[in-house]
Amino acid sequence: MQRARVLIRNKPGVFDPQGKVVHSGLRRLGHESVQDVRVGKVIDLRFASGSPDELRARIERMCSEFLVNPVIEDYTIQFLDEE
Amino acid sequence: MNNLDKRRFAASHGVSDEEYERVLEVLGREPSMTEIGVVSAMWSEHCSYKSSRVHLKKFPTTGPQVVQGPGENAGAVDIGGGLAAVFKMESHNHPSYIEPYQGAATGVGGILRDVFTMGARPIASLNSLRFGAIDHARTPYLFHGVVGGIAGYGNCVGVPTVGGEIYFDASYNGNILVNVFTVGVCKKDEIFLGVARGVGNPVFYVGAGTGRDGIHGATMASAQFSDQTEEKRPTVQVGDPFREKLLLEACLELMKTDVIVGIQDMGAAGLTSSSVEMADRGKLGIRIDADKIPVREENMSAYEMLLSESQERMLIVVERGKEDAIARIFDKWELEWAQIGEVIAEQRFEVYEKGELACDLPVSLLTSAAPQYDRPRKRPAYLDALKPAVIDAPDDLGQAFVELMASPNICSRASVYKQFDHMVGIGTVVRPGMGDAAVVRIPGTEQALAITVDCNSRFCYLDPREGAKLAVAECARNISCVGATPLGITDCLNFGDPTHPEVMWQFSEAVEGMSEACIAFDTPVVSGNVSLYNASFDKDIYPTPTVAMVGNFSRLLEGPGRAQGYCDASFKGEGDRVVLFGRTDTNDIGGSEYLWTRAAQLGQRPPRLDLELEKAVQRLVRDSIAQGLLLSAHDCADGGLGVTLAECCIGAEGHALGLNIEMDIDTIARADLFLFCESPSRIVVSVREADLSALVSQAEAAGVPSTVIGTVTALPRLVWPGVLDLPTGDLQHAHKHGLSRLDA
Amino acid sequence: MKVAVVVFPGSNCERDCEHVLENVIGASVVRAWHRDHELPKVDCVVLPGGFSYGDYLRAGAVSKISPIMKAVSEFAFSGGPVIGICNGFQVLLECGLLPGAMLRNRSLRFVCKDTFVRCATERTPFTSGLSLGEVLKLPIAHAEGNYYVDAEELRALQDNDQIVFQYTSGDGEANDGANPNGSIFNIAGVCNRAGNVLGMMPHPERAAEDVLGNSGGAALFASIIHTL
Repeated sequence: MQRARVLIRNKPGVFDPQGKVVHSGLRRLGHESVQDVRVGKVIDLRFASGSPDELRARIERMCSEFLVNPVIEDYTIQFLDEE
Repeated sequence: MNNLDKRRFAASHGVSDEEYERVLEVLGREPSMTEIGVVSAMWSEHCSYKSSRVHLKKFPTTGPQVVQGPGENAGAVDIGGGLAAVFKMESHNHPSYIEPYQGAATGVGGILRDVFTMGARPIASLNSLRFGAIDHARTPYLFHGVVGGIAGYGNCVGVPTVGGEIYFDASYNGNILVNVFTVGVCKKDEIFLGVARGVGNPVFYVGAGTGRDGIHGATMASAQFSDQTEEKRPTVQVGDPFREKLLLEACLELMKTDVIVGIQDMGAAGLTSSSVEMADRGKLGIRIDADKIPVREENMSAYEMLLSESQERMLIVVERGKEDAIARIFDKWELEWAQIGEVIAEQRFEVYEKGELACDLPVSLLTSAAPQYDRPRKRPAYLDALKPAVIDAPDDLGQAFVELMASPNICSRASVYKQFDHMVGIGTVVRPGMGDAAVVRIPGTEQALAITVDCNSRFCYLDPREGAKLAVAECARNISCVGATPLGITDCLNFGDPTHPEVMWQFSEAVEGMSEACIAFDTPVVSGNVSLYNASFDKDIYPTPTVAMVGNFSRLLEGPGRAQGYCDASFKGEGDRVVLFGRTDTNDIGGSEYLWTRAAQLGQRPPRLDLELEKAVQRLVRDSIAQGLLLSAHDCADGGLGVTLAECCIGAEGHALGLNIEMDIDTIARADLFLFCESPSRIVVSVREADLSALVSQAEAAGVPSTVIGTVTALPRLVWPGVLDLPTGDLQHAHKHGLSRLDA
Repeated sequence: MKVAVVVFPGSNCERDCEHVLENVIGASVVRAWHRDHELPKVDCVVLPGGFSYGDYLRAGAVSKISPIMKAVSEFAFSGGPVIGICNGFQVLLECGLLPGAMLRNRSLRFVCKDTFVRCATERTPFTSGLSLGEVLKLPIAHAEGNYYVDAEELRALQDNDQIVFQYTSGDGEANDGANPNGSIFNIAGVCNRAGNVLGMMPHPERAAEDVLGNSGGAALFASIIHTL
């Protein structure tokens, strides 16, 4: 079993209203050391098989077709330990 | 598990020793674990109404307008044109305290299903919310969660949330109330019932898959909160409004075919209560094969499947031979479906698990043989300790007025209802904040309904009988203020721990008071819900018998604006005359918001209600609206005449007007009490100058006291020479920002 | 005039649009289901509001892969008038039929209220019956209506006359106080370059009848008849 994780965040420069609210919440709680907060989405995928390279290419296609809106979002792909 | 362990297990799920003996006696054997689970759920307060049933029998439930009375998923009244309004109110108090967003969201989901399972497309929802004191540490979290949950669910399904009420009081610090109401409309001869008929007919499960969420939710709602409540989090259900919307459309599509024998949503106690109740109504039995139940978690036992309260699921008995319709329609809507059982002749609830009979109980054990208690009642001692109100006149009446407008129980709810889609369905004629009741046009017709919800629990605490009467009276007044005629009510009876004799006394008094008022207004109780154990650390909430009322319009709605069959609350223009109908008694200060905010007192008694006067005032206003005489109508409720006049000046759209009060101050001993006492049966109306004398003579003919209050001014100031001179803007600003401290 | 109203799982304004088109405008309406591969022969396509696929992933994201959207795209490319309202607008953005994307409202809350919008171009088939600069009162109801394009794209929208509606005050001023959701340049609606595809967050169908106290929105639907 191969597990992959797609992390999606608003692009730099695109307003992240959730991040802003979480940031001010943290500051209210006294966590003033926090400089910036961005809130994103996690999409976990499980595959029966496939090499990381091959899977990466497939996931990139999924992202550009569907999972990510390139106008506002960026993403990164991580591979997790096999189960 | 040995027999002693079973007994303990049953006790931990709310089945008392005595009740367990009763199970043994009826069954003639030891129940299985699964059976104990089923019994505990069906005998829970939430499902069995065991402490309340003896009292609920007192409600008036019949009348020529009643199409469906209590006992079904929702009640229904005839609204003319061959149509019925199907409605009900439900509480989701305990789940909402534990997880406010999901608790409130799934409450909305449940009430929507109760209505569409009857074949009625929901057209509007209301809610009645009670939180702890506004400065209590947990209140902002609970408030935002509940409001967000109602918005998240209702908006997505596309049923407008068109009104409601919100109160803050320390009585609810440890136990909030979330009551949700939905009304739908269908042809009155096309109502579907939750009944299993026809031996051999297949039983279908449709909707979302079953998970472990909400197992024993009904039992949880039948006990007090304690330190351990936090640990009960895993039982909270998660709502999926998208799935609900699909389920709604699929069910309504299926209802256009001729395949349905009976249909019921899986609410509290899930598959168990839906099967058992359907079997009971049909005087037959149901056999279920648990292995066929669609699940979304692995290795679920029959016990878990029977007691899960996973959301967005329905049970349908289909006419044999017509099963194909289920596959066609539920596949189209991408929902789970499975034939999980059949109707059987024996009046038993049988569940098979891996070929073995895991549950084999007589239906009657779970329904008619469920325990019923006439619990001890005792007049609470606190009533004798109540003291008459003592309140000095304020040094600055204007300042006191502004402060009252900002009170969390009086100020504007716009920040809340703006989060609710209150316009979807293009039926909302009188929007939230615009009038005393919401007015909703019925799609595809020129007919309209008026709906409202009300309860003043301080009044109920001071006198549950009078308080409950006042709640019904205010609902009827609200309906009348928009020009509609009251037709029927539904209720949520939220009370404390029924093992406290004082609570059962309050309950019994409230039911009697409501009954008396319902008879007076000819508004039978057609559905409702009881929520007990609203207590934390042995402290009971104020008795809160929330009433929701539906009314209709004798004339068709003709169009917008003024004097065309309905009314809203705001003054319309300069020179219009303002008249008060009804009688003001400055001794009616007990339980008032003014007394509470200024003196932190409750007083000794709620305002006195004269049902005959109330009816006369309401009839007068309805008739005057029908004749096109009135430009606005707004009742005097929380905050009294003063707040009503201020709200009429502010208006919903923010085009503030002013008012010149022309009453002779010399006849009034205390201006503050005159403005802020909460005498019922009073309605402020405005008319064109030319219509004033006609209106006053109509009032006289109707035996209704009327007082000319003054004249609407373009200058946005509330002026009472020698008494008061306030910019409407000051009142408006206080009113608008009263809830903003919840956002801090 | 014959209009197709496209229904996705979770659409919830299709009945409202149908009501206005049929009973107020006098058009005939056919429904197109999201799984259909072809549109019926129609003069105009409406993508109604709602929460298609529960707004899961992103509003409109799952709907864009519905078979019907291929047919809608072809209809649009051949010049057919298409209007997406609220969630329908979000679907058009996700499909790339219109430029830009939606962010969550800056308040992070769903907001339902009347807004004023100014007509910034009458060149679309939906605004031909309005006059340039005309201000309409139209309600909004959304949580993700914070329209975003980058600076370059914004210039392109302006240069190509693609901004159709802007949120304004009652007297037509596009200031921040009139912006209900944080949309860039107060944009409430945009069209494609050709002008035949319009997306807008406000709901004209909710303001198309006197009984609701506001019939200004009917003009958008009426415009289509006059254009055809």
